[in-house]
Amino acid sequence: MRMHRRTLLALAVFTGLTAPSMALAADDTIKIGLLATFEGPFTVLGEDGERGAMTAIAEMNGTVAGKKIEIVKGSSDASPDSAVRAARKLVEQDGVKVLVGPLSGDEGIAVKDYAKTQPTVTFINGTSAAQDTTLRDPAENFFRFSTDGAQWMAGLGTYAFKDKGYKKVATVAEDYSFPYTQVFGFMAEFCKAGGHVPSKSWVPIGNKDFSSVIAAIPEDVDAIYVALGGADAVNFLTQYQQGGGTAPLIGGSITVDQTVLTSKGKLKDVLKGTPSAGPTADTNDAPAWKAFVEAYKKQPGAFPSPSLFAHGYYVDMKATLLGLDKVGGDVSDGGKKLREALSTLSFDTPTGKVSLDKNRNAIADIFLTEVTEGSDGNLLNKLVKVVPQVNQTLGIPEDEFMKLGAVNRDNPSCP
Amino acid sequence: MSLAIATGATTQRNWLEKLGPGHIILGTALVLYPLVASDFFLTQIGGYSLIFGMLGLSLMLLAGYGGMVSLAQITVAGIAAYAIAILGNANSNILGLGWPWWLAVIAAVFAAALASALIGWISVRTEGIYTIMITLAIATATYYFAQQNYAIFNGHSGYAGIRAPAFWGIGWRDAKPFYYLCLGLAALTYAAVLYGSRSTFGMTLQAIRDNPRRMRALGYHVTAHKVFAWLLSGVIAGLAGVLLVWFNGRVSPGTIGVDAAIDVLIIAVIGGLRHPIGPFLGALVVVLMQTFAIDIVGAERFNTLIGMVFLVIVFVSPDGILGLWGRIKPHLAQESLRPGP
Amino acid sequence: MSLLDRPSQTLSSGGMTLRQAWGVVGLLAAAILAWLVFAVWPDWLNAILISKKAFVSAILNGITLAGLYFLVASGFTLIFGLMRNVNLAHGSLYLLGAYIGYEVTNRTGYWLLGVAAGFAVLAIVGVVMQVFVFRRLEGDDLRQTLVSIGISIVAADLMLAVWAGGTYQITTPEWLDGALTLPVITAVRSNGASVFLTYPLYRVVVLAAAIVIGVGLWLMLHKTRVGMMIRAGVDDRAMLQASGVNVHAVFAIVFAVGAGLAGFAGVVGGSALSVAPGEDVRYLLASLVVVIVGGMGSITGAAIGALLIGLAEQIGLVYFPTYGIVLTFVIMVVTLAVRPQGIMGKAR
Repeated sequence: MRMHRRTLLALAVFTGLTAPSMALAADDTIKIGLLATFEGPFTVLGEDGERGAMTAIAEMNGTVAGKKIEIVKGSSDASPDSAVRAARKLVEQDGVKVLVGPLSGDEGIAVKDYAKTQPTVTFINGTSAAQDTTLRDPAENFFRFSTDGAQWMAGLGTYAFKDKGYKKVATVAEDYSFPYTQVFGFMAEFCKAGGHVPSKSWVPIGNKDFSSVIAAIPEDVDAIYVALGGADAVNFLTQYQQGGGTAPLIGGSITVDQTVLTSKGKLKDVLKGTPSAGPTADTNDAPAWKAFVEAYKKQPGAFPSPSLFAHGYYVDMKATLLGLDKVGGDVSDGGKKLREALSTLSFDTPTGKVSLDKNRNAIADIFLTEVTEGSDGNLLNKLVKVVPQVNQTLGIPEDEFMKLGAVNRDNPSCP
Repeated sequence: MSLAIATGATTQRNWLEKLGPGHIILGTALVLYPLVASDFFLTQIGGYSLIFGMLGLSLMLLAGYGGMVSLAQITVAGIAAYAIAILGNANSNILGLGWPWWLAVIAAVFAAALASALIGWISVRTEGIYTIMITLAIATATYYFAQQNYAIFNGHSGYAGIRAPAFWGIGWRDAKPFYYLCLGLAALTYAAVLYGSRSTFGMTLQAIRDNPRRMRALGYHVTAHKVFAWLLSGVIAGLAGVLLVWFNGRVSPGTIGVDAAIDVLIIAVIGGLRHPIGPFLGALVVVLMQTFAIDIVGAERFNTLIGMVFLVIVFVSPDGILGLWGRIKPHLAQESLRPGP
Repeated sequence: MSLLDRPSQTLSSGGMTLRQAWGVVGLLAAAILAWLVFAVWPDWLNAILISKKAFVSAILNGITLAGLYFLVASGFTLIFGLMRNVNLAHGSLYLLGAYIGYEVTNRTGYWLLGVAAGFAVLAIVGVVMQVFVFRRLEGDDLRQTLVSIGISIVAADLMLAVWAGGTYQITTPEWLDGALTLPVITAVRSNGASVFLTYPLYRVVVLAAAIVIGVGLWLMLHKTRVGMMIRAGVDDRAMLQASGVNVHAVFAIVFAVGAGLAGFAGVVGGSALSVAPGEDVRYLLASLVVVIVGGMGSITGAAIGALLIGLAEQIGLVYFPTYGIVLTFVIMVVTLAVRPQGIMGKAR
């Protein structure tokens, strides 16, 4: 009797642990995996990414090639391990053949590595912007229609040197791969134009007290280039203001993103007039952008203006849907046709034309901006200039660009 | 002649009896599991639970028998994982000394055991409850160090592209072989802990847990026993670390962060710290919740859910799920005495 | 005993005692520090230590940060000292206090009201935690700690649900804004004018608040009846109970003060820096390291520990940013190796 009970228990556990994988999607729906940070400190960013992706789906009325789109969400906490785990669940358990994501740089590299082990699944980036995801050792089935962190800086170095007249700039940035990429993008142009960067401060992630770092910045620099994100950016800016800092600032893409600009506090005086560059500009007058902002605002919980995470996920999801549309929603051949369609895809986004290079990385317009106060008192990124069709090597011939080496703390250098 | 056969039979029966019907059923079920499970369930649920079960086991050994609650088990596992990446092959353009896999594994487990003993030596110098704080601080320090150091740990990005070895014509990261590899090592460590707990050393350790002063007065070297327990626990955590890095194919500071450290504690406590099977139960429950929470309650409030489960377990049943089972079992037994329909 | 004492006596008759030697070393260090702060630096020194401004700022920031750490850690150490309760939800109390301070300041417009609310609400939360949670597990140190971990996990997630992942800053009133000009010359311009060091007024106020509270705590512990009970409880809880004192009332008071201080520190710290998810773990770790170094259960120890850790963190950040964070943990491990019970801790 007792034995019997145990066997039953064992059976019950077993049936629970062997639920067959639900790969058999009904014929009239198409499953797309959406991987973003829905837990942990980047939850806000992940949710805005989702709004962007949903905007793209809403534009197609939730269908592609006559099939209903079914979104399966995967959640990471911004660590590469959790991103791969979530991607594995989407691919191996939920049976998606097309996956959009992830959100942050090191996650992107990890998912690219995973993509190599799943050649029949098509991966499209979310907003991850590390250079090496596509530049070095790329995966055949990983596509990035959003641009990378160095591309985002296109035009800023030249603008700072020529238009603003800064000759010596100090940098302050977080100590990991994405800020390295941003500093690289800025310095590649700034140094080439003749500028000097005598001091680079790499601040450990999570440090909140910047006052000593600020005090150690040389006093004879013309400006300070800041590539910090979220709370770190807010802290730096406040302490800079409190410490009576006077040198003007230059912002990295996420330093002047909506997530920082909308933070509650007195950052306005410090930030106003800060030049930056990135894949979007809040005051873009192009009708396509305005239409996108309107569509985005229909999503629940939307920011006053889409963050670059909403934009990135929108562009990548849109590309995915266009690709699926081209092949009639047919991925039964292991996605071969879809990947061919995606490689040659070229389409108009709210921020201009996007196409791919041979590493499947986007060539797109980049926006040079300056922080201004909007009519309602909110801070906005005012469009200064569009840098058209920036490629991953920032216009430098590829072999010459590769010679610059991989980004790290000391590369590039022009003291 | 016949006598010899008879004794052979009795020892065999003894052996079977010693093992107990529970172990036999569980073992058979686990061995046959791949027949019914999909690849995803084999590795992502089965393998992953076994790996974290081993990590929980290494904590259970310290906490259950030694009364030392450590939050640094994932750190120890991480050291083994990093060692595999550094000594073996990784595609991160840094280090990757290319040692043969078996040598790398031995070195990695050795390094983990040594690190564990060192952490133990630092923390056993103070009173019991300090251990949890000191190990938390050590775990965090290691995390920050790994994140900042590029020469050895390759900073925030860590190492990627680490492959499990392939030999005897088997790729050991394929679903079935990997599952059996995890199962084999888990069973081995489980049996070792179970056997060890009844050995002289195990008994002494438990006695030290209950009354260190008396054991010291009796002439036992209390510190040495505790540090040795840390060393053993380090071997188990190190093996789990090797499996973990083969499973993920990568290792980065995020692998050994504070969240992961607390996860191991949650697993061990939810499962129960009184018997070595507890951590494996806990790991299964937590991994299932982690994987499927997004489909049921949404990932956003996952931590509230798991935190609540943890709180309820600590409050209601200090011995975890095992303790719950212990409470329910008498009722079931009563029920089974009644005649069937 | 007397046999053991003799060597030191012979040493003292031959020259100075160990204590005197340390005194001389201390005086020398103080003199060098004073010279470093007030003299105009020669170029070679500037070359080694980046600049005088960087060096003096790092020292000042270290001291003011220590003030903040002390506020958080003193509550932690009090609670542990008396109740043997390692409250790993202490960081969550800090963060909750900061959020409450933000809400109150933002709605009423009075910063001081926010500070008061941060203290008061968290004091109540502390009492509730002690009465409804920890009292039920009394005597079981490990389960209390585990429960506090559970609480911190749930609290962090619920705070994320309410306040989302954004960054908040508590607006300080205008009379706390601005900078002080300190009588410290950082450089001399080519025209002979001296450049004086300016330092944010608010940070000085944080330090002053920490000192006032530290002295207040010391007075409470040493000059009041409740303080006497607390100290007696730290030394021998069973004896205190046996002598007819209502220990549960004492426990509740200590928890209220400890949690209230964490909430207070949250508002003060949230105004100096910012409020965001993850700060709970950061301040929990800071308190852990501070009390491990300073000695569990000792207010003086918390002050010494906070000073060491604050200075190490800021100097590390400027002079070797790569391993600056690790430096604080090195201090901790060295302390544990040399003096396991912490600098001011009592061996048990």
